[in-house]
Formats: sequence, C-alpha cells, structure tokens
Amino acid sequence: MLSWPNFFSQFFNGLALGALLALISSGLTIIYGTLGVLNLAHGAMFMLGGYAGFVAWQHTGSFALAVLAGSLFMVVVGVLIERVVIRNFYRRPHEDQILVTFGIGIVLVELVRLGFGSDTVSIQPPAWAMGVTPLGFLIYPTYRIVVLGIAAAALLVLYFVLYRTRIGMIVRAGIEDSGMVDILGINVNHVFMLVFGIGAMAAGFAGIVNAPVVALTPDAGDTILVETFVVVVIGGVGSFPGAVLGGLIAGEILSLTSMVDPSYSEVMLFAVMTLVLVLRPQGLLGQQDRA
Amino acid sequence: MRRSAGWRRWWPEAAAAAGLLIAPFVLPFLGFSPDTVNRIVVWGLFGLGFDLLFGYTGLLSFGQSAFFGTGGFIAAYLLTKNLIASVLLALCIGTIGAAIAGVLVGLIALRRTGIYFAMITVAIAEVFFFVENSPLSDYTGGENGIPGVPAPAFDLGFLKFQVGTGWSMYWFLAACFFVGLVIARRIVASPVGAILVAIRDNPQRVQALGHSTGAYKLVIFVIAAAYAGFAGGLLGVLQGYMPPDAFTFDTSGQLVIQTVIGGTGTLFGPLAGAAVWLYLRDFLQGPMGLGNAWRLGLGLIFVLLVCFLRRGIIGGIRQLFARPPAPAPEETPIALAAPTLVSVGPAARRRVPENGHSGPILQAQGLTKRYGGLLANRDITFSVEEGELRGVIGPNGAGKSTFFKMLTCEVPPTSGTIRFHGHDITGRGVAQVCQLGLTKSYQVNQLFVRLTVRQNVTIAALAERRGMFKPDLLRGLHRVPGLDVQVEQTLALVNLSARADTPVAELAYGEKRRLEIGLALASSPTLLLLDEPLAGMSPRERAETVQLLRNIRRGRTLVIVEHDMDAMFDLAERITVLHEGTLLAEGTPAEIQRNSFVQEAYLGGVAAA
Repeated sequence: MLSWPNFFSQFFNGLALGALLALISSGLTIIYGTLGVLNLAHGAMFMLGGYAGFVAWQHTGSFALAVLAGSLFMVVVGVLIERVVIRNFYRRPHEDQILVTFGIGIVLVELVRLGFGSDTVSIQPPAWAMGVTPLGFLIYPTYRIVVLGIAAAALLVLYFVLYRTRIGMIVRAGIEDSGMVDILGINVNHVFMLVFGIGAMAAGFAGIVNAPVVALTPDAGDTILVETFVVVVIGGVGSFPGAVLGGLIAGEILSLTSMVDPSYSEVMLFAVMTLVLVLRPQGLLGQQDRA
Repeated sequence: MRRSAGWRRWWPEAAAAAGLLIAPFVLPFLGFSPDTVNRIVVWGLFGLGFDLLFGYTGLLSFGQSAFFGTGGFIAAYLLTKNLIASVLLALCIGTIGAAIAGVLVGLIALRRTGIYFAMITVAIAEVFFFVENSPLSDYTGGENGIPGVPAPAFDLGFLKFQVGTGWSMYWFLAACFFVGLVIARRIVASPVGAILVAIRDNPQRVQALGHSTGAYKLVIFVIAAAYAGFAGGLLGVLQGYMPPDAFTFDTSGQLVIQTVIGGTGTLFGPLAGAAVWLYLRDFLQGPMGLGNAWRLGLGLIFVLLVCFLRRGIIGGIRQLFARPPAPAPEETPIALAAPTLVSVGPAARRRVPENGHSGPILQAQGLTKRYGGLLANRDITFSVEEGELRGVIGPNGAGKSTFFKMLTCEVPPTSGTIRFHGHDITGRGVAQVCQLGLTKSYQVNQLFVRLTVRQNVTIAALAERRGMFKPDLLRGLHRVPGLDVQVEQTLALVNLSARADTPVAELAYGEKRRLEIGLALASSPTLLLLDEPLAGMSPRERAETVQLLRNIRRGRTLVIVEHDMDAMFDLAERITVLHEGTLLAEGTPAEIQRNSFVQEAYLGGVAAA
C-alpha cells in the first residue's frame, strides 16, 4: 500500500536493515582489503554469531550479555580459523582461498545443524525494547529502532577504530599495501589475525542483533552472504565507506521496493548492482586497480 | 600438445566408453542404486562444462545453478505443455535457452575477474532463483516445480525404444554423457583449448600476444552454460519432475565441491566427485544412520582436500603415476661462430594493409603521459626506420618503460599520436597492435608458468596464425596450418628445442629470458620492442643473448631498452637517450658517447665541468 506512514515505516526498516548490512559488509571488506581473502564463510559467521548469542541468552537471560559473549566468541572463532587454515592460503591463488572459506562455511553450518537441528530458534529482545513506539504519525516496533541504534553505534566504533587508532592506521595501510607494512617492521601476521577476528565479530555481532527480528536457522547466512556481496560490489571492494554506503542503498532498495511488490525486491537489488557494474565497475567508492 | 599416435589419443574416450558400459554390472555390487548412478551421470555431465570453465580457464563461477535451472525448466515446460513431443528436441531447446542466458550473464560477470567474478556470479544466480520463484511462477510452478516430465522414446522405424526408469534410463543418460565428454575433449585439444589454459595462467600476456581474451572467456562461459542447461533438462527427465531447488545456491555449491573433490582440469573429476558425494549421502544417511551429518563429513573432506590435495582424487592418482621431471640437458651454447647456420625463425610477416607508405616503420609524435600530477613522458617525438636496430637508454626513472608501454598501446598516451607503417594506432588495444605486427618482450618475464616451453610458444604463434578470435572449437590444435613449423623455428632460434617439453617452472633464469623473447618472436612481428632483455643475466648468458639479438635482427626491426651500455653501443646503429621523461639526445653510438648532455645526465655535473 502506498501511503506516507507505510513509506516511512519501510524507510526506517530500510535504514535498520541497511545499517546491519553495512556492518556485515564492513567485516567482509576489511578482511578482503587487508588479507586479500574473500571470505565465503562470512554468512556462516553471521549465523554462528546468532547461535552463540542464543546460547548465552538462554543461560543468562540477559540480552546485553548475549551480545557481549557472542561477539567475544566470534573473535575467538575468527582468530582460530585464521591461525589454523587461512594463514596457509595467503600465498595460494584466489580460487583456493575462495574454495577453502566456502568449505569452512559449510562445516560451520553443518556443525550448528548437528547441535541445534534445522528448526528455528530466536532470541527475545530485552523487556524495555519490546512493544511499539509512537513516532508522531507512525507507530513503529521499538526493537527496530534499537537495531538501528546498535548497528549505527557499532559502525561508529568500527570507524573510530579504523580511522582514529594506531591499529586502525596499520590496517588501512595494510589495505593499501600489506607488503610495505611488513617491510616497515610491523608484524603483519598479528594484524591479519586481528583483522580476521574483527571481521568475524562484525558478522557475528550483526547476527545476534538481528536474531530477535528474524528467527535463526542454520541456513540463515546464505541470503545474507549474497546480499553482502551485492553491497560490496555496489560500494567497492576493500572500501569501508563503500560498504556503509552500499549497505544503506541495499537496505533501502530491499525495503522500499517490497512496498510495491515484495517478490521483485531482490531482483531490483541485483538490477542496481548490474547498473553499477556497467557504469562504474570498481564500485561507487572503490578504487580502479583493486581486485 | 605433442602429436601422438592415433589410437593413443583416443584411449580416454575408449576407457570412458568401457567404464560406462560395465558400470551397471559392477556398481550394484558396491552398493550403488541405479538412481544414484543416474544422478552421478547427470552431475558428471553438468560438471564437464564447469570444469572447462574453472579447471581449464580458471574462472570460478558460483552461479552455474542459473543455467542448470534455465535449461531444465525450459525443457520441462515445453514437454509438459505438449508444445514439443520429442524429449531430445526439448532438451536441445533448453540448452540453447541456457546458452543465451549464458551470453547475457557472461557479458556482465566477465567485466570483472577474480573475486569480483565469483561474487557477481553468486548474485546473478540468486536473481534467476527469485525470478523463477515469483514473477515466472505461472510457467515454472514456483515452489512446486514442474511435475510430469516424460521420459524419451525413440522411434527409428524398425526399432521402437521407450526409456523407462532405472538402468533403462541409465543407457540414455550414459549416451548423453559420452557425447558430452567427446565434445569437451575435442574443445580441450583445440586451439581454443590451448588458449583457455594460457588465460588461466596469465590473461594479460594472452591479450598482449594478440588474442581477444574477453571473447574466448565469453565463449567458454556460454559453453559451460550450455552443458549446465542440458544437464538440467536431463535432471527433469530423470526425476520425471523439475524441482525449483535446481536454481538454488546449493546446486552451484554442490557442483563446485564435487568438481574439486574429483579434481579440476581433468574432465572426469566432476563425475568422480559426484560419485563420492552421492555415495556418501546414501551410505552415511542409510546404513550409518547419521542423518544430516553426512554433509558435515563432506564439508570436512572438501576443506581437507583443498588444503592438502588441491588436485582432487583424479589429479592425485595422476600425480602418483606421473614420471619424475627429466634432468636439464647440458646446454648447447647459441651458435656464436657460424651465424649462417642458425635458424632465422619465423619470417616477419607484414600484416598492415598496403597504403603506399614508404617512410619510417614507427613514428611517434609528441607523446605525453601524465599520471595525476606526475609527468612520466613529455612531448617525445621518435621514429624508427625499417630494418633498424635502435637502442633506447636513460637513467632509472627516465620514463623508458612508460614510453614502451605507450608504443605497444598497453597504456594510452595523454596526448600525441603513434603511427605504425603509416597507420595511426593511437588508442588501439594491445591485442590489435600485436596483430598488426608490433609486439614486445617484457622486462619481468610474463610466461605461462604452468605450461611447457612448446605450449608457451604455441600460444604466441596461434595469435599470428588465427587472428584475434576464431571459435574453431572442434579442430585439432595441430591442424592449424603452418603452426608446428612456426613453433619449431622459434624454438630453434632461441635455442630451446631441447627443452621444448619442459614445464616453464623448471627452466633456468637465462632460459626463461630467452623464452620471453621467443614468445614475442613467435608472433612474427615486423617491429619488436625488447624491454631490458639482458636484465639480471650472468656474463655468459649476456654474451649468448647479445648473439641471439644479432641473430634475430635479420629481417626485423628492433627497438631495445637496456641498461647495459656496452652491449647497446656495440649492437645499436642509433641510440635514443631519455632523461626525466623527455628526449635528451639521439644519434650514432659515437655521437652519444661524446654528447655532453648525456654525460651530464649519467654522471651528474662533474663531467660537464
């Protein structure tokens, strides 16, 4: 139905979804930018984060603790995967890296399926975030506003870490030229490990925050992975601002077009991606020579 | 690529035929049901196209489900709506539909390479799934798929044959697979097949040697789509039902996994991988009662194979039986004493249309190249006479490499024009210019490291023999007229005949440098640019390469960038000096040596004082 309240409601949905997509995509894009590895397990990490949060929430009943514990768990998982597997693939062709992260993704999904079954699970938002909030002419679910706030805050933290700290400077230098960073005497290995951990956390964090909105299944990461790819292609691979911009664009396209006809919303998203590829192949904020 | 005895060339086909014939009598004893075997064959056929795309050409697509589904649904729709009675015809129309989809997707996805390509194929395949599921659900049945797909029946007049289920269906599928295999093997053995493998190794060099890389990539992408479409149609026929999950990401993923488990670049890999996948599924789910855990097992196997046995099962078996590399033979020095006996290699063939031009072979006018604020070359005017050997020297950072890249049209000049045989070539592509007879050898070797020496030279010679693009997919490589002679002559000229079947990875550095020059020579250029041919060589290798340069200059025009002044003053008739992006001096070696500007540029102010 085309009406102003509906439009604004969808617009806010788009913002919340967009901020989440931006967060997940930032993880993917800084991993690729720094390590040169396209992480096909990123969708699985989103899903795994959700389940980790679910377990913590079941035991403590606290949403905040679920977010905290789930995020920390994902950092550990990310670091472990980098140490044990990804590390051995930096010198191998891109295809091998793609294949191995794809395989890791399958293993993660099937492990969760083994542990939790294929049925959906969901996390309840904290009591104060349940219900609806009147926004003048429109009544809006409170938790969606919270999602928007949390995701925006997380993006700000990520921005602060990347642009205002020493480690962030090293990561950004690594995106430009990791070989040079190595020559300058900074231990790239540690940076790589950390970046993979942060990237995994970004995906997992988004997974937990999203769990009260959309119920979790072991396959929840599949769609997210594809949408993340679209975001990154639109924004430009390896660009943090590009991931944010692409995420917001994708979120709005998905939400606003579903107002007209939901069955076309995904198709519209890909149409925009194709348009970007034709007009500006490196992505909106991407650099010419990357990838 | 070596010509082998007639029957030996066909043994894989013969072995495959024998294997397909005895399978129904052997596999049941190993616990394979006919339905499992039939699925293996369909996935094996699907994988033939994917292996050509990924294993041979190096293009990792995660979107093959788009074509599998397209072919399958077109065929199923035509058959169930009674629009077409013949199953085989419907399958062919489905294949064509998938190929057309392949053209459209390829035009978008192939704009980018590497990880971008993988991501875009994933995304586009999702579009196909959504389109099938909603907007087209009136035709495709949406989430229900299309039930009631009939099995084929053949009426040959004297013989009527209705394909049933089980092993009866198997014979039909096996026949399809065999035809698909024979075609795929022909493609691999064709000139196109040779070029595809080179694209996997080094697409930029393939382009620089005069091939239209983009066109070849699109061709193989469409072929892979066609295989997928045909296999998708067979899936519907096999099941009597076309399922919508043919379009899902899982389908693409399963294909990738099966191909990697079986072994990429083998054609039989996908079949072997499908056998492992489906057998494990049946075995672990059934007798072992593990339920869904079989997918976890497969995921682990897949990760381990990618980590430790990337060649897959078939590749691993091949490696076990491979012969150890032959030791390098004692090198025979390049004929220093008797130049008259040395092969002169492939003749320089003039390919530029005759236009009555009689001036210099190459004329550059006012060439300027600006990178942002950096002025790499400024207003260089330069011309080379036919038959000349010109040296280009200059201190580091003088802009020599940029200058060379502009001459071969690897980078477009910011302003200025380049004329070759009087034709304006400014702004043309590097492949086009190579086709006209202007090419270069690189400062840093740009070889196809996974191919043998002979295969390397063949790629270069093919461009000259066949032009930028020719879809001769079913022609034997050695049936290209004059190719073998040209390759042998080039090998003799660069003194690598004895090493012809050695993989490039095993060559010594000096040999690689000679091969680098050989690649440029094999395309029969009338004007050959050599970017630091002596870089990094030992004194003995230098002496040999200088002799090689003397040998190849007969009948050709050469421009050489080099740091080795002694060699340049010895070889070149005229020398051009670049300094800080501009032309500083030009003249005979003696003039250049006396030139005070040149002395100053090289030695600083001391010499001038």
